[in-house]
Amino acid sequence: MKFGILVNEGPYTHQASDSAYLFTKAAIEDGHEIFRVFFYHDGVNNGTRLATPPQDDRHIPNRWTELAKENNIDLVVCVAAAQRRGMVDPEEMKRNKKDANNLAENFRISGLGQLIEAGIQTDRLITFGD
Amino acid sequence: MLHTINKSPFEKNSLQTCLRVAPDKSNILLIEDGVYAALKNTDFEKNILEGQKIHKFYVLEPDLKARGLDIKSLIPNIDIIDYKGFVKLTVENSRVQNWL
Repeated sequence: MKFGILVNEGPYTHQASDSAYLFTKAAIEDGHEIFRVFFYHDGVNNGTRLATPPQDDRHIPNRWTELAKENNIDLVVCVAAAQRRGMVDPEEMKRNKKDANNLAENFRISGLGQLIEAGIQTDRLITFGD
Repeated sequence: MLHTINKSPFEKNSLQTCLRVAPDKSNILLIEDGVYAALKNTDFEKNILEGQKIHKFYVLEPDLKARGLDIKSLIPNIDIIDYKGFVKLTVENSRVQNWL
C-alpha cells in the first residue's frame, strides 16, 4: 500500500515527530511504500542540518535523512512554513539573499501542492502533529 | 474507520469529540498522551465503557511503556498493539482520521 505522511510538529517538542518516524519505519518494514513525508507548520524544523542534540539522545533530523537515503523517501518541507521559520536551502538562500542555508540532506523545499498530490496519489495519508 | 487520538482526555476534548461523531463500529487507537484514556478508575472510564458498546478500542504499547503505565491498570477489552499493529489498522480501515 502507498502511504503519505504529514508531520505538523517540530522535533523534540512533544511526540509527533517520533510517532511519525516510528510509524514510517514500521510501514517500510511491512513492505509498504512511503510516497512522501510532508513537513508543515513547525514540522519544517525536522529538516535542519544544524541540530546537535546530546550524544545519548536520538538525532531527529539525521534519523529522517538516513531513513530517506535507505528507502528513497521524498522528504518535502513546506516553503511558506520554512521561510517563516528560517529553514533555507541553497536556492532559497540566493533568492531571499540570506548568508546561510540549513536544510539537511535528502530534504527538499517545495509547495503545498506536494501535500495535495500526496493525498491524491497515496492510499492513506496519515497525520502526526500537536 | 480508524481514529487516532494523541491527547490525554484530561488535557483536550478530542477523544470526546471523536466519540460524539465517530460512525458506529469505528476503530479508535489511543497513542501518545491519548493512552491515559485507557486507564481504569478515572473520570473518563465511563466514556470508554460507553464507547466500547459501539466501537473497538486500541492502545499503542510503546506509548504506555514510555509513561510507565501498567497493562493491568487498563480498562478491559482494549487491544494492546505495537507500531506494526498501528500500520495494520491503517491498512484495514479505508478511512483514517488523526485527531490532533
